Amino acid sequence: MSIASSTQLICFTVLSAVVAIGALGVVLLPNIVYSAFLLGGVFLSVAGLYLLLNASFVAAAQVLVYVGAVNVLILFAIMLVNKKEDLSAIPGLGLRRLLSGGVCAGLFALLLRVAFTTHWATPGPEPVGEEATLRIGEHLFSDYLLPFELASVLLLMAMIGAIVLARRDVLAADIATGEPADQGLIEKSRTPLLLEKTNA
Amino acid sequence: MTLALPTTVPLQAYLALAAVLFCTGVWGLINSRNAVRVLMSIELMLNAVNINLMAFSSYLDGQLIRGQVFTIFVITVAAAEAAVGLAILLSLYRNRETVDMERFNLLRW
Repeated sequence: MSIASSTQLICFTVLSAVVAIGALGVVLLPNIVYSAFLLGGVFLSVAGLYLLLNASFVAAAQVLVYVGAVNVLILFAIMLVNKKEDLSAIPGLGLRRLLSGGVCAGLFALLLRVAFTTHWATPGPEPVGEEATLRIGEHLFSDYLLPFELASVLLLMAMIGAIVLARRDVLAADIATGEPADQGLIEKSRTPLLLEKTNA
Repeated sequence: MTLALPTTVPLQAYLALAAVLFCTGVWGLINSRNAVRVLMSIELMLNAVNINLMAFSSYLDGQLIRGQVFTIFVITVAAAEAAVGLAILLSLYRNRETVDMERFNLLRW
């Protein structure tokens, strides 16, 4: 253990408080931009927890992928769909919240019971500490080689799929005039295809 | 039996924190009206799973750190999921001009 145990305890307390309160904020805050920034804070604190668990490589990956990519992507999505709309009231929303809260509390109690009644085989083998990155590399290129290659195929498929789903039809032509449509940088407003019939 | 404060962080503390994070994510997933917030809740749940894997890897499997390898894979899948999910959301928003989950009823009979 590289850090003194009391320091570790204090760090864990602070980080877990930030994670728990930040997660509640992500779910409960009415302004979604604040939620997105709090989500970045939660990701950073989780990376700190990984550092406490002697996993510097995974902590760096967490910061790069989650804070650097996923959170920024979510912020971009919020800006792209940033339309102020008054959500219509739904009957029984309060009841639904209470019921789902009860279900989640039950799930939480179940998880806590499992965590505290199971006899975990602690202390396990001595953690490898700084050699963790080396071990991860060995795993990725020996016994986890097939999942590793599948992950690269999955990322390629996700990239192509995201482009196909999110792009405008850049080669589309206007039906009436035959001129290329949607070529400008600024997206023209078009008639939405799937608006609800009841509103029309 | 006296309740002594632990001097080191026990494994159960990490499991309890992950349980808090997961249940918050589940509640947000069910109750969010904004589709972007639903995606954020999914990310919270994935992070809870990652905390569990990392804690087990450090406390029970210190030599062969298989939990860390699994966490790497989960992070990869989460990144792919976020990209595709947000692309679907963008395309849905173009066609329906709303992000309200209650009005996404295309697949409802």
